Amino acid sequence: MPAKATRDAFGEALLKMGERFPNVVAMDADLSKSTKSELFAKKFPNRFFEFGIAEANMVGTAAGLGLSGKVPFACSFACFISSRFDQVRISVAYSKANVRLVGSHAGIAIGEDGYSQQGLEDLALMRSLPGMAIIQPADDLETEGAVEFLCTYQGPAYLRTTRQKVERVNREGYRFEFGKAVELRPGGKDAVIFASGGELYLSLKAAEMLERDGLSVGVINIHTIKPLDTAAVLNAAGRTKILVTAEDHQIIGGLGSAVSEAVAEAGLGHRLLRIGLKDTFGESGSPEQVLAKHKMDAAGIAEQIRERFR
Amino acid sequence: MAVAQRVASSTQIWRLKEIAARMRIDIIEMLAKAGSGHPGGSLSAIDILVCLYFSQMRYDSKRPDWPDRDRFVLSKGHAVPAQYAVMAEAGYFPRQELMTLRQLNSRLQGHPVNTALPGIEACTGALGQGLSVAQGMALASRLEGDKFHVYCMIGDGESQEGQIWEASMSAPKFKLDTLTVILDNNNGQIDGHVTEVMNLAPIADKWRAFNWNVLEIDGHDMQQILDALAQAKATKGKPTLIWARTVKGKGVSFMEDQIAWHGTAPNAEQAAKALAELRAAYSRLQQERP
Repeated sequence: MPAKATRDAFGEALLKMGERFPNVVAMDADLSKSTKSELFAKKFPNRFFEFGIAEANMVGTAAGLGLSGKVPFACSFACFISSRFDQVRISVAYSKANVRLVGSHAGIAIGEDGYSQQGLEDLALMRSLPGMAIIQPADDLETEGAVEFLCTYQGPAYLRTTRQKVERVNREGYRFEFGKAVELRPGGKDAVIFASGGELYLSLKAAEMLERDGLSVGVINIHTIKPLDTAAVLNAAGRTKILVTAEDHQIIGGLGSAVSEAVAEAGLGHRLLRIGLKDTFGESGSPEQVLAKHKMDAAGIAEQIRERFR
Repeated sequence: MAVAQRVASSTQIWRLKEIAARMRIDIIEMLAKAGSGHPGGSLSAIDILVCLYFSQMRYDSKRPDWPDRDRFVLSKGHAVPAQYAVMAEAGYFPRQELMTLRQLNSRLQGHPVNTALPGIEACTGALGQGLSVAQGMALASRLEGDKFHVYCMIGDGESQEGQIWEASMSAPKFKLDTLTVILDNNNGQIDGHVTEVMNLAPIADKWRAFNWNVLEIDGHDMQQILDALAQAKATKGKPTLIWARTVKGKGVSFMEDQIAWHGTAPNAEQAAKALAELRAAYSRLQQERP
């Protein structure tokens, strides 16, 4: 199966769900070609709303649609949609509006455009809001499952997709289960990586590299970042030496924080390694170059884990 | 545009005035009991709210989730005591609940909360947001074949928020004639008069330039309010902005156009003085009964 960007999978899934769910509508703020909402827009012009470069208005309007029986998917880059935080906080989350905020172009892996276009704090912002569900799919199959789920889910939700192509990590026929972690690589006597989104297939590759070095490393897919599958985290913590998180996001506030909080609250005193952007800004470069520089590609993930065993 | 004259019966106008006079008393009593809140903007908005709830809007207070109901979004959420007063009058909840305003566990939160109180359509009060939410509701109405009309009240101070102008661009683009916005132009905000803090004049010209149907009225004249609301609803192809010139603190002499009364509740003595004025006004109104 060729690699596919989860934004592409999102666009195709939304188009498909548009047929099945007449209440689904979509909106964008001049990025429909990038978020891939354009596929839905072409097929269902009456159910698509273009806002121009005005994300705050789009988010608020999505809330009104969601409070009136529609299921709006409001799409933009992850950085732009999450930075309309006041609107997300009051019009969407506090109002408990049935809105799906879709943030594409997650993380530094978008590459050349640089930090201003890279969603790197969105998970931290979204996680802080009561009742906000957060899903970050790792491949095309999971993206379709997540979009289908979101067509009937009640409550506000955030869906995070990648610009870059990612390799498929799930098997054909995969069924998405909201809030349920998926063990993709069993075992992990030495380390378990909790990975999400675009970092998942890279984490699987890193685990293979480490196996060749004699280290046993498991990989668990955390596609639902909120609510976190705490049981799965604690279960893995009981069988391994180091807990690792891998995400294309700041290590502050995202998956790394979610796992840290769960483990610390359970009093496990576990060793932890958070892989992601380490409290610094993103930058330009090819996706491969920036991921390598910040040790977030497969080799970098393996290197960071290996160092802990020296 | 001038508002076309439609003569409502004198009985109907008197009835609305009578309700508004009582609502002003409720507002002062609620705020005095709560010990905090916003009298100025509640009193400037109340005549318009009375016309909306007791003449213009289609709703069923016993079925607040009726899908075809007209919607009202109070974007200037700090004026919610005025909305609570008309909602109690309309039967959404018992009148005595008004006295729980701003108290712990009350459904009458300091700013509107839809998940707390049925009949409130969205959380507002973070200024600038309600108009976009109302626009979303109007789009939903469009998708259902224009089943309901959406009313949204914004403030003039609130109009300093950029999001208001994002929505002012989009609603005419979407040709949202099921959306009517009422601008409660009371010229007051926390730091002073709007004209001094950040002047918006010529505000009607701005909305006209953004392709809205703009109607100018005295926001305390029931006949003018009713006419404008009717004309807004009848206008096709574009949304309407009713530019309602109002007086902050209207009805209480020592509060009128006084910036200090934006967000300060009256103490017992001030409340007694305000209530004496409002009750005298109510008595005078009783004598004018047609």
